[in-house]
Amino acid sequence: MIPKSEKKRILVDLIIRIISAASAMLGLFILLWISYEVLIRGIGAINWRFFTELPTPPGVGGGGLANAIVGTLLITVLATLISVPFGFLAGIYLSEFGGNSKFAQWVRFFTNILMGTPSIIIGIFVYTILVRPLGHFSGYAGAVALAILMLPLVARTTEDMLQLVPSALRESALALGMPRWKVTINVVFRAARKGLITGTLLAVARISGETAPLLFTALNSPYWPQNLGRATANLTVTIFNYAMSPYSDWQNAAWGASFLITFGVLVTTLIVRFFLREKHE
Amino acid sequence: MRILQERSTQSRSDGFFRLLTLIGAGIILVLMALIVIELVLNSRLSIEKFGFRFLYTNIWDPVRQEFGALSSFYGTIISTIIAMVIAVPLSLVIALFLVEMAPPAISRFFGIAIELLAAIPSIIYGMWGLFIFAPLMAKYVQPFFKNISGNLFLFQGPPMGIGMLTAGIILAIMILPYISSVMREVFSMVPAVVKESAVGMGATTWEMVKVMVRYGIQGMIGAIFIGLGRAIGETMAVTFVIGNSHVISTSLFAPANSITASLANEFAEAAEPMYLSALIELGLLLFFVTLIIQIISQLWLRRVQKTMGVQ
Repeated sequence: MIPKSEKKRILVDLIIRIISAASAMLGLFILLWISYEVLIRGIGAINWRFFTELPTPPGVGGGGLANAIVGTLLITVLATLISVPFGFLAGIYLSEFGGNSKFAQWVRFFTNILMGTPSIIIGIFVYTILVRPLGHFSGYAGAVALAILMLPLVARTTEDMLQLVPSALRESALALGMPRWKVTINVVFRAARKGLITGTLLAVARISGETAPLLFTALNSPYWPQNLGRATANLTVTIFNYAMSPYSDWQNAAWGASFLITFGVLVTTLIVRFFLREKHE
Repeated sequence: MRILQERSTQSRSDGFFRLLTLIGAGIILVLMALIVIELVLNSRLSIEKFGFRFLYTNIWDPVRQEFGALSSFYGTIISTIIAMVIAVPLSLVIALFLVEMAPPAISRFFGIAIELLAAIPSIIYGMWGLFIFAPLMAKYVQPFFKNISGNLFLFQGPPMGIGMLTAGIILAIMILPYISSVMREVFSMVPAVVKESAVGMGATTWEMVKVMVRYGIQGMIGAIFIGLGRAIGETMAVTFVIGNSHVISTSLFAPANSITASLANEFAEAAEPMYLSALIELGLLLFFVTLIIQIISQLWLRRVQKTMGVQ
């Protein structure tokens, strides 16, 4: 091997350092760029009517996306209500009972697989079990699809957070004669409360921006979401439909909706990260 | 006696609680099984009619009810390759910067920024890609490539902004946080002794990093698999910018299609059972591909953690 000159080695090192720093800057730049565009274009579309009125046909002007805002809130809350109990139970099993048993390992394995399954596949799956047999799209199906997406997230965070609780706490409660379920709910859960809440919030933020699973389940609707048993308006599918339309006022409304979704998700994520960090330190 | 009775009700309630949590865990397994069963059952029509032909024919004709997935496959593969070619080296140097070069405060700040890139919903990337990034591609980037390459077959056709290349670049941005976060972990798992020995020999930072890369190469391959799984299943952003055309073109500027974009665009309007069945078969294929990638990456990373943990 021919030894490289000292100068050349230091030069190569410097170049790599510059490339590394520039790449990290690029990441930051793209984040700021997207946020900026969404903010500037979104703010212009947002006014009081945006939150209170139904959408209008293209060219008419005025109108808002109140129905889609309400629809997204309803679907997300319902999905959370469906998914959190099962996710907690699965997490409790993995952390408190399963240990390293074969079954627990399989559950962990497939939880990770489910987490990595494309969300559009979940959409098709829910379509085949809830939309096709019933013959119509529904907000409930949308909520179920989001709940399935959320389930592995909640299960894994629950396991992680419960694992952080020192076992001495469990053992002392058990030694006092408390039944296992009471120990789990009153002692372990209470100790892990903060982590569980933040973990769940993070999962909610993740799913609230999802579009693909709603395309074939909740679909969209120009009306108020009076009946979740039918196609239900929601923000993300509205963005998709409006952005693909040739009408500038609809595209404008799509930016308004994008603004709500993006900053809702980003702000939630940031706050949650902040709390998580505080907890660890 | 009373104590014994209390004991038994206590153990019964505990048994019930345990069962309940077992059901919660079992639901995940049941869901996975149901997804496979439902997708297979609902694509039966198309599987029976087209057989293996579905995989390699390039017909997508809802009117004549003839379907072949080649154009969607092609688009998924090419856009994913573009994304990986851009994202892997970029994630590597970003991870390097965060772990080895930046001071802690700066590293934390950039780390959060990169993580937030993963929090932006897919559809927002789609909006940004279609309305902001694609016009820039059409105006500056595509003519530039055309000029320097002398109208190479990869860069032919009018610069429309949307198309395979744009989709690949946006995918790269989207998977970057996932790959770089695993790479960061791999880098920080390298024992200090390894780094110190390299530095002690008089190595520059870059030379030390080369040693670290050799040490953590397995973990990095795992990171690549994770990014791959993400890129293949990504839907909305790709749907916005890939152009939605079932024509296979060698040009990266031409509008194309991917499995996910075909599904997102056509599923809701597919009225005929055969059309729907063909689309669900597309979904089934996508599911199998991501499943295999997921399984490989999980087994791989588990092995890596074991071997690195031992040392």
